[in-house]
Amino acid sequence: MKPPFLRGFWKLTWLETKIFTREPMGFVGTLVAPLILFIVLGRAFGVSRPLAAPNVDIPFNPAILAAVLIAISAVQSLVAIISIYREGGILKRLRSTPLSPVTIMGAQVAVKLVFTVISLSLLMLAGRRLFPGVMRVNVFSFTAAVLLSTFSILSLGFVIASLVPTARFAQPISAAVLYPMLFLSGLFFPMDHLPRALEGLAYLFPTTHAVALLDGVWNGSGWGAHWVNVAALLVLFAAYTALSTKVFRWE
Amino acid sequence: MTSVISVSNLGKRYGRTVAVDDVSLEVFEGEIFGLIGPNGAGKTTTMECIEGNRVPDKGTISVLGLDPRRDANALRQRIGVQHQEAQLQKRIKVWEAVDLWQSLYPRVVDSDTLLARLGLEAKRDAWFMTLSGGQKQRLFIALALIHEPEVVFLDELTTGLDPQARRAIWALVTGIRERGTTVFLTTHLMEEAERLCDRVAIIEHGRIIELGTPDDLVQKHCPERSVVFTSDDANVAERLQALGTVERAEGGATYTIRGAGDDFVTDVINIIAREGIRVRGFRTEIPTLEDVFLKLTGHGIRD
Repeated sequence: MKPPFLRGFWKLTWLETKIFTREPMGFVGTLVAPLILFIVLGRAFGVSRPLAAPNVDIPFNPAILAAVLIAISAVQSLVAIISIYREGGILKRLRSTPLSPVTIMGAQVAVKLVFTVISLSLLMLAGRRLFPGVMRVNVFSFTAAVLLSTFSILSLGFVIASLVPTARFAQPISAAVLYPMLFLSGLFFPMDHLPRALEGLAYLFPTTHAVALLDGVWNGSGWGAHWVNVAALLVLFAAYTALSTKVFRWE
Repeated sequence: MTSVISVSNLGKRYGRTVAVDDVSLEVFEGEIFGLIGPNGAGKTTTMECIEGNRVPDKGTISVLGLDPRRDANALRQRIGVQHQEAQLQKRIKVWEAVDLWQSLYPRVVDSDTLLARLGLEAKRDAWFMTLSGGQKQRLFIALALIHEPEVVFLDELTTGLDPQARRAIWALVTGIRERGTTVFLTTHLMEEAERLCDRVAIIEHGRIIELGTPDDLVQKHCPERSVVFTSDDANVAERLQALGTVERAEGGATYTIRGAGDDFVTDVINIIAREGIRVRGFRTEIPTLEDVFLKLTGHGIRD
């Protein structure tokens, strides 16, 4: 017998994937926007730090920004979809079928991860053509790091989705939570430039660890060197998931 | 008669609001049972507790011999539900929804036959958002029937539909019963309840205030009958006075005779025939569930 989780899982995931591609705005936001940002900023700042930005005080790397934005746009899209589905009673309708709640949510996460990979692939392809420095990056390692980051940030998405009162608030509320996190993530200025309290707070956000891990992998250091960030992403994932099972509203 | 749904002393509150105070009812196999009452009376909450989609605070519920909470998974295979004002994904195609639902149950009906029966075969490839209100509701009925459930729950099925679409849905619901499926529905439309339901329970403020067949309820609470007819003959009023009160429209030829009981209309006809009164127009006014509701609650259902 199939585990209950798998009943309808692939079908729902495939269906949600098709539905997502029929929504022009979501499609553009997920696939095109991070790519354009990467190309424009990459032209301005360069993407390979040793060549383009020798000053180590400026950790900014458009590739990392684009990768984190891919994760964040996946989360925003998830929050929007969940709040629309909740408001329209779609979640409620799906729940009164034999689909398990984990399957209903798991399919959404799977779709987001699929598009994260596609989006990231476009980014790497563009990077290889436009910025020679990208050649040195381990694509698989970097993709795995982005997926882990997305996964962890998505679990925060479920907590945000629980706080969103109606679909209209999905975009502003998720932006209000995610952008400050991105700002404090160490991407725009080093962590030790932050006030002590704020620095401590920043380490509670998955984005901070995502940036550290991505930056490390981009620059060639192995996962072992960043095990703290990997562990933090996993712990935060577990914590946010546990919290969201408590506070999540289906209707 | 086999009992399919049995509810006793059901209660549910949200915070300090009592949604369902004390509801007991029994639904029998093969009937269309209607829970009727104004918005906020507790219809949907009662139904959702019975479906197992909501946890009651008190009372016991049995559906097909199962406990809706404890045996939720087993029950989902045997009941079909349609929620009030539900939506699907805007851009899901009709066939995709049917296909997903089909994949979730072990035994399902043929989707083409089902879509044809519900008049949706031409809409197979249409996105949900492009369907009319009536088509959406028909799709939800299709999804509720896809696994040949033994009991179907329909919550405010025709709210917001135009009269024509409403009639089409009514025909479908009657068809569901003809196939032997028990139907439990809620509505705030008395006409709908009268047309469809074998038995109705009137719910107000979370309590069932009356329960029975629509005919019996009308009979019991509103036995008044009126006959209205037009005649140019003389002394019409005098000749019918024995039957009840007779009113004559001012200066006109229209008479209204009010009485009570099943035989009243027959009695009027008999006298008209015996007296040879020539009648130009003739109609009866028989109270409906709407009148019963008004009488029992002191207000209209839409107040």
